[in-house]
Amino acid sequence: MSSEIARNTSIEAEKVAVKKKRKIKKEYIWGYLFIAPPILGFILFALIPMLFSVYISFTQFDLYNPAQFTGLENYHRLFFEDELFWKTIFNTLYAAVGIPLGMAASLLIAIGLNQKIKGISLFRTAFFLPTVCSVVAITLLWRWIFNSDYGLLNIFLESVGITGPPWLSSETWAMPAMIIQGVWGGLGLNMILYLAALQSVNPALYEAADIDGANAWQKFRHITLPSISPTTFFILITSTITALQDFQRFMIMTEGGPNYSTTTVVYYLFLNAFRYMEMGYASAMAWVLGIIILIITIINFKVGKKWVHY
Amino acid sequence: MSANNRTAWHQSKQKLALIKKLFSYIFLIIGALVMCVPFFWMLSTSLKPPGAIFKLPPQFIPEEIIWENYIRVFTESDIIRGFVNTLIIIIPATAVGLFAAALAAFGFAKLNYPGRDKIFFCLIATMMLPGIVTMVPQFIVFRDLGWLDTFKPLMIPAMFGVPIAVFFLRQFFMTIPTDLIDAAKIDGLSYFGIFLKIIVPLGRPALVTQGILGLLAGYNDFMGPLIYLNSPENFTLQLVLASFRGYYTSEWGLIMAGSVIALVPTVIAFFFAQKQFIEGITMTGLKG
Repeated sequence: MSSEIARNTSIEAEKVAVKKKRKIKKEYIWGYLFIAPPILGFILFALIPMLFSVYISFTQFDLYNPAQFTGLENYHRLFFEDELFWKTIFNTLYAAVGIPLGMAASLLIAIGLNQKIKGISLFRTAFFLPTVCSVVAITLLWRWIFNSDYGLLNIFLESVGITGPPWLSSETWAMPAMIIQGVWGGLGLNMILYLAALQSVNPALYEAADIDGANAWQKFRHITLPSISPTTFFILITSTITALQDFQRFMIMTEGGPNYSTTTVVYYLFLNAFRYMEMGYASAMAWVLGIIILIITIINFKVGKKWVHY
Repeated sequence: MSANNRTAWHQSKQKLALIKKLFSYIFLIIGALVMCVPFFWMLSTSLKPPGAIFKLPPQFIPEEIIWENYIRVFTESDIIRGFVNTLIIIIPATAVGLFAAALAAFGFAKLNYPGRDKIFFCLIATMMLPGIVTMVPQFIVFRDLGWLDTFKPLMIPAMFGVPIAVFFLRQFFMTIPTDLIDAAKIDGLSYFGIFLKIIVPLGRPALVTQGILGLLAGYNDFMGPLIYLNSPENFTLQLVLASFRGYYTSEWGLIMAGSVIALVPTVIAFFFAQKQFIEGITMTGLKG
């Protein structure tokens, strides 16, 4: 009797399985259909153009005459002949000085906000506001603030007895100006990320440290910093990738000047592609930069493993 | 420790906490001022006559408030047309893109088929590719398609659904109970029906957040319009504003008035949907 029941159930199970199989087939089709558009979009608008750009990077191409295959010439020119390219790489790295500054400042603000403080949402709004504003409007505003005679910054410096430099028209001071503006604009996002991280630190750790008699610095150094290290790591990676491709605010603020002192590498790439119509050369530059970005991302991940505590 | 000592210790600890709080407030207020004063300065400049702008010491609150800068920006420049062009681009692009991303996110979160997670991983990995590599070849492809100086390059790619939105929505859709979907299947609802009747209503907060972020990104986009649009009548708001730099060189009252106009929609949206903005940006931020 028990074997009969077993046989019956196995027949039932088979029926259900057949039904399920048909259902699953249907589910496959709908599943693939639903996910198709973004994948198709990626293939059409990113993958194919990317493969195409590998080829273009080996040619001379001005958009009007057919592309001429020139082998490695673009790459040779990039690495050995074009001093301006290296200057723009240097400028880009120089601008990245703002990353650690901004991270430290936003962590301090987040720590300040991570206590029982009145008006916390008001502060949060104040710091976050630039994040949602357009690059164009913000940069035009700062162009006015950096005005050497009537700009807000130099008026302020004058009032404390410092004669401010001619920020944007000085080869020495144009990049520091860009760094100041970049830190100001990036504080809000990093602050919010840090605040979320600080709020998720296990309070029991601090209580245990209190019992052990740890001081504020020790608690910060041995509990807070390790606990928020994934966020620090994340901000570092995303900020680096963003900084390496930054150029719009440079274009509006200084047009890369004076004397190329604020021309970032992507700005230079943009000029080559859309001003000098050197599509092949610009593509070679894009690939070199793209590979540099990938390497930095990989290094970030490798190094990150050593000091990030998940 | 005597009772006396203990109260003294307590008092000093309380005092320390008070000092700490005081310092925090001072620090935060200075910080908030550094963030807000530039905006105030922008507004103040936009309301001053040219003579007052170049007056030292500066007037933080204009002695005489004039609207002429705004009137001139609205009548002389293409800012209104720029705004309309921007809306024509971003509304359909965001709506269709959001729909596509939501469908895909549903497909990744709730349907089962071979290779699903591998495909998802690949899609997410593509976000790591530096966008700069596609800038030039995309331009060439769109030129060959005859899309230059049209809105198409700014709309059509976005309509396929961007990976970051798929990622964000999938995270949210995963939290919707699968039992609900199974029950709907038994009731004979099609997969598309499940999407419309269950996923969309339950996923509304995430969809709203992504919609707002999409509109914001489109509204603020400068690089795309800069590369693809040539004729002034096609300019988006950001392009019109950027052109003020050349047109009005040092007429700061006009430039600031234009900037204020460009920021007003964003700031209003931000104050109404602050939660969505911050949540959306941090969630894709934290988990990306």
